[in-house]
Amino acid sequence: MMDLETLQTIWFVLVAVLFTGFFFLEGFDYGVGILLPFLGKDDRDRRTVINTIGPFWDGNEVWLITAGGAMFAAFPHWYATLFSGFYLALILMLVALIIRGVAFEFRSKSDNPTWRNLWDWGIFFGSAVPALLWGIALANIIRGVPIDRNMNYVGGFLDLLNPYALICGIASFSIFTLHGSVFLTLKTKDALHERAMSFAKKCWAPATLLSFAFTVYTFLETDLFARLGINPGIVPVFSVVALASVIVLLQNNASGWAFAMTGAAIAFSTITIFLGLFPRVMVSSLDPEWTLTIYNASSSAYTLSIMSIVALIFVPIVLIYQAWTYWIFRKRLGTDSELEY
Amino acid sequence: MEALFLARLQFALTSVFHFFFVPLTLGLSIFVAIMETAYVKTGNEMYKRLTKFWGNIFLINFAVGVVTGIVMEFQFGLNWSEYSRFVGDIFGVPLAIEALLAFFLESTFLGIWVFGWDRLSKKLHATTIWIVAIASNLSALWILVANSFMQSPVGYRLTEDGSRAEMTDFWALLFNPHVWVQFPHVIAGGITTGAFLVIAISTFHLARNKGNNEPFKKSLRYGAVYAFVGTILVTLAGHTQMQDLLRTQPMKVAAAEALWETENPASFSLFTIGNEEELRDVFSIRIPGLLSFLAFNSFEGEVKGIKDLQAEYEITYGPGNYIPPIAISYWSFRLMVGAGTLMLIIASLTLLYVIRNNYAFPRWVEKLLLWSFLFPYLANSTGWILAEIGRQPWIVFGLLRTEDAVTPASVVSSSEVMFSMIVFVLIYSALTLADIYLIKKSAVAGLPSLETTEGRI
Repeated sequence: MMDLETLQTIWFVLVAVLFTGFFFLEGFDYGVGILLPFLGKDDRDRRTVINTIGPFWDGNEVWLITAGGAMFAAFPHWYATLFSGFYLALILMLVALIIRGVAFEFRSKSDNPTWRNLWDWGIFFGSAVPALLWGIALANIIRGVPIDRNMNYVGGFLDLLNPYALICGIASFSIFTLHGSVFLTLKTKDALHERAMSFAKKCWAPATLLSFAFTVYTFLETDLFARLGINPGIVPVFSVVALASVIVLLQNNASGWAFAMTGAAIAFSTITIFLGLFPRVMVSSLDPEWTLTIYNASSSAYTLSIMSIVALIFVPIVLIYQAWTYWIFRKRLGTDSELEY
Repeated sequence: MEALFLARLQFALTSVFHFFFVPLTLGLSIFVAIMETAYVKTGNEMYKRLTKFWGNIFLINFAVGVVTGIVMEFQFGLNWSEYSRFVGDIFGVPLAIEALLAFFLESTFLGIWVFGWDRLSKKLHATTIWIVAIASNLSALWILVANSFMQSPVGYRLTEDGSRAEMTDFWALLFNPHVWVQFPHVIAGGITTGAFLVIAISTFHLARNKGNNEPFKKSLRYGAVYAFVGTILVTLAGHTQMQDLLRTQPMKVAAAEALWETENPASFSLFTIGNEEELRDVFSIRIPGLLSFLAFNSFEGEVKGIKDLQAEYEITYGPGNYIPPIAISYWSFRLMVGAGTLMLIIASLTLLYVIRNNYAFPRWVEKLLLWSFLFPYLANSTGWILAEIGRQPWIVFGLLRTEDAVTPASVVSSSEVMFSMIVFVLIYSALTLADIYLIKKSAVAGLPSLETTEGRI
């Protein structure tokens, strides 16, 4: 059996990997959901837009469920402090996820235009709210929130809505929207493709600016960069380069590469945040002593070893069959495509 | 109202709501897979249409089951943070494994099944729905591993300061005897729930077409067998589970029976009006010896009563009230068993009809079958109410009291819990209405045509 400290590090990395995978994958289907009412001009358009993520979104969302489960199992105090502390924000997130999940299923079960329109806006709401809230939540985790000596959050809901967190929320919202629009350029054809392309090009500048603003604000507001040092390493730099390259790739119609780059920007930003956080998991703004770390928030060595074995076997299997899904449904969709289901 | 009460009420409401949808997912997924297998084996297009018809109803229900399930996974952190800290080392593990092993499989392959009709070979496509069905039921297994730890904790030790329980033996957790009596009961309950919905909807179409509707005759035949198997299994599993409970939680059995005093042989209550304050009967009809028979398969055997158990627990756990709410436990048990017995009778009756190829039901049989789908819902809900209420005052039996498990009021105030509860109740009610509306719409519409996808996109 490995020693406790190694196991705690492994599980920090695994939780980070799960969140990174989640933001990369669910990021584009949040984006597609946000764009649905705007890029889908008529019902057939909208069905096509939904079908681009239809086979994937549910599997993508399981990344979050698994990340939540992994947090609970590996770092129970992190799970308990985060969820009880960010109570109302998370209730709002759950409401959004509920509406989103059923909207995909319910919208097509009736022909009534009002019914469909209602659920399309449900998909928008259910995608936009988490896209915003994830940024807000992450920003607060690294900036620090009032956590007392008993690992309990003692702030209120409004404490979470500080300017820094809001900027991060808007930045994550815009990046996910960009990621979604680039995904649509990759998966659609004809008029829909044109619309997605033109939107992606327009969306790039504000998304990049907001990410830049967030980076500067992070420098001022948190110790993230101080911890990463003068030479922050390749990760954050690559995140910036990836995002910058998107516009060039889009102008050259290289949708596939552009998608890889928006994805890389999201993935590397997430990794940067987790790197800056390590070994802390929730920063206490009241007293550094009260900060939750992988050492004081974790489960026992035995539990972590069991979980490691399970993860070692099953994470690769999941990756293989999820990759297979993307392979099966690799074709572009047009409004003239056979929209089975 | 205090936060503890509200948090409990919220958990009760959200879990009963969630379990409105789960059993149908468990049972109907297997049924849809059987239909598609019949299609692959026979090549008969009727089975493809039946697969799509039942699959559509399955999907509507599945979506609501999934989204209400997300709330369950996070609710422990939201409202029960002290619980999460105390048992996270153990309880989090099956939840994480459920997501990784089962839920990923279920969601990913469901996506392939729904969108992959023209992308996969027939056989491969049928395999995907089997994976969904198996993964859904596997999902239930891991959730019940978690729940079983609350009912009958095994494979753990307490930390020195007593602030946390830590896992010492994963296999003990997985092979907890409680899991293996509870899991078959839940799976069989799922089969029963799916089967009676199939029976009810098929009967509806047969009645509409005066018994001439080949696909729904087939559905009814499959449904009748499925219901018969399901109800027999659920009864046997339930019986075994009750016997196991005498070992793990005798107080739950005593409460479910309103058995105040220890009896040997113990009588079974048919109808009791009791006085919970004074722990005595006001009025009671009992069958002598039957409880002993149910408990030990023999007309002799001691079943402990509430008063003696309370005295025992005071010695073991210190002063306190160890008696769960009796009226709720007692009546949930009666309703569950009553509904179960009725379902067993209805399933047998339906089987008798379809074996003789007789689909011209008398009016009363038709009515009975049409409404039969409600009984599983009654039994499912009351079953869980008994399982959870009957364990009180414990959240983890013998280890942690419910009152010590709730998120401190300084972190989440009672008004916040009240707010979230109102939000959930409103949304869940709307979802339930939409779910019923859509299932009814699909059910009434009948088999989809295979020529055109128009109107369903």
